[in-house]
Amino acid sequence: MTVPATTLAKPVRRSTRPNQYFRNMSAKIASIPMILTAVVIFLGGTLWTVLYSFTNSRLLPRMSFVGFDQYERLWAAPRWGVSIVNLGIYGIFSLIFSLLIGFLLAALMDQKIRFENTFRTIFLYPFALSFIVTGLVWQWILNPEFGIQSVIRSLGWTSFRFDPLYNPDLVMYGILIAALWQGTGLVMCLMLAGLRGIDGEIWKASRIDGIPAWKTYLFIVIPMMRPVFITTLVIIASGIVKVYDLVVAQTSGGPGIASEVPAKYVYDYMFQAQNLGQGFAASTMMLVTVAIIIIPWAYLEFGGRKRG
Amino acid sequence: MADIASLNTTAVAIDASRRQLASGPRGKRPARAFSGTNIMVYGTLLVFACYYLLPLYVMVVTSLKGMPEIRLGNIFSPPVEITFEPWVKAWSSACTGLNCDGLSRGFWNSVRITVPSTIASIALASINGYALANWRFKGSEVFFIILIIGAFIPYQVMIYPLVIILREMGIYGTLSGLIIVHSIFGMPILTLLFRNYFVSLPEELFKAARIDGAGFWMIYFRIMLPMSLPIFVVAMILQITGIWNDFLFGVVFTRPEYYPITVQLNNIVNSVQGVKEYNVNMAATLLTGAVPLIVYFISGRLFVRGIAAGAVKG
Repeated sequence: MTVPATTLAKPVRRSTRPNQYFRNMSAKIASIPMILTAVVIFLGGTLWTVLYSFTNSRLLPRMSFVGFDQYERLWAAPRWGVSIVNLGIYGIFSLIFSLLIGFLLAALMDQKIRFENTFRTIFLYPFALSFIVTGLVWQWILNPEFGIQSVIRSLGWTSFRFDPLYNPDLVMYGILIAALWQGTGLVMCLMLAGLRGIDGEIWKASRIDGIPAWKTYLFIVIPMMRPVFITTLVIIASGIVKVYDLVVAQTSGGPGIASEVPAKYVYDYMFQAQNLGQGFAASTMMLVTVAIIIIPWAYLEFGGRKRG
Repeated sequence: MADIASLNTTAVAIDASRRQLASGPRGKRPARAFSGTNIMVYGTLLVFACYYLLPLYVMVVTSLKGMPEIRLGNIFSPPVEITFEPWVKAWSSACTGLNCDGLSRGFWNSVRITVPSTIASIALASINGYALANWRFKGSEVFFIILIIGAFIPYQVMIYPLVIILREMGIYGTLSGLIIVHSIFGMPILTLLFRNYFVSLPEELFKAARIDGAGFWMIYFRIMLPMSLPIFVVAMILQITGIWNDFLFGVVFTRPEYYPITVQLNNIVNSVQGVKEYNVNMAATLLTGAVPLIVYFISGRLFVRGIAAGAVKG
């Protein structure tokens, strides 16, 4: 049955083809920057980096392949190990807390409160600030000599210890405090948008059935907000992998290497240590991490109704 | 075809909320002002508000104190003796490891980076979005999908090839190089923003203009542009704050004399030489944060829309 269909379809398509390349000329010319960016930078650049991660490039990129050597060296490096563990700690806690705090704030904001605009302005303004500013402010507040620790000590509790930025075991949590300060406002906004998108009838129905509010949230509203949660999750997660400026500003990776992160590893090896191969391998690992997050999401989101 | 539109669920959700927000909270006011739940709700919100406001407060009070007062007092206490010395010093004579002309150099560099980058990236992206919405051609969607996927790729992966390209063009390390970089990396999200907006405009307008004989550019400048000023403002907010706050591209793609303000600030505060002057540092930090904060407070709700669209940019 397929044979006649193709023979029928072909002549029809042929007849329109000659115009194809010249139709829409202005649109094609106008799209050149986009096409160049997409193909040369995004696609080409990514492939280039992945390809060169298999070479032993040092000061300059060189085409001499060494297989997986760079990756073996990467995973053997203590600093990379620390970076990955740090990213894990930072990632898991910032996901949990930003979702929790973001949702809590959004739920509170959704209680038909007064001064809603004021509260939103307050919760969101840190998001307008750069990670550098965020990192430096919190570096100052967490400074043990002058910051929170010294204030509490001066109140009489002289053995009080709160110096996360100077303690290798706690430094990632110090960074986390700053990151949550900067980012939860956005999560709150996304969640609030999700909550406002829920039909008011749902609330009326659950009230008539006598279901307490927290149960309605937990078993009805949150499951209904699944798409919002997934989008937020992807946004937070892809931001986590890129965390760089905050660490540079707040701790510069210290004390020692206790707060190193992968993005900083990439930068340091590419532009300071003149060891390009390592930088490429590390950045390829970052790409893989993002792919692990994005691909299942894209599959869930678009897989079912991909155009066919 | 429609699956791209749903990629931007965030913007859609934000749009929905914006409409809801515009009409304000609905329903009747709570009957009792001081019920237990109310106290809990407002109490929690106030506690969080304190957490969010504390750093801003600390920045302001620290920047207005003298160093002796900082060494003696506590960081939360308001200044006894207000001095603007730290602000002057932060602006004009604070030292990085390299030079001692303060934040002013970085500030003007940032202005010279942000203004052209914003204009260039918005011009490019709006035309792209317009072409994608109204003038689809074979393959246009494929490039668009690559572009959107590219938004999720960590910048670190694409930085080095871009360094090579700019070096070959002879503009590596200059402001124009950085402007190109910002235009490139601003493109995915802005194109998405404009495309979705142009798709939402009634198609009849476009068709009517076509029948009247208007071409690609004529329709863009005479119909689309005047109709989409709000989205241009959103894109501007997004780009101004994004580019001003950028650190990575600034440090990778420019020479020290062209460092943007964020890099300059970091070099001042984290410079290892000399005595740490915390008041100067905080004044410098505030000066750096001032531009996006002003944009934020002026733009209000449009900002929310912009960042929600730009959140993927991370």
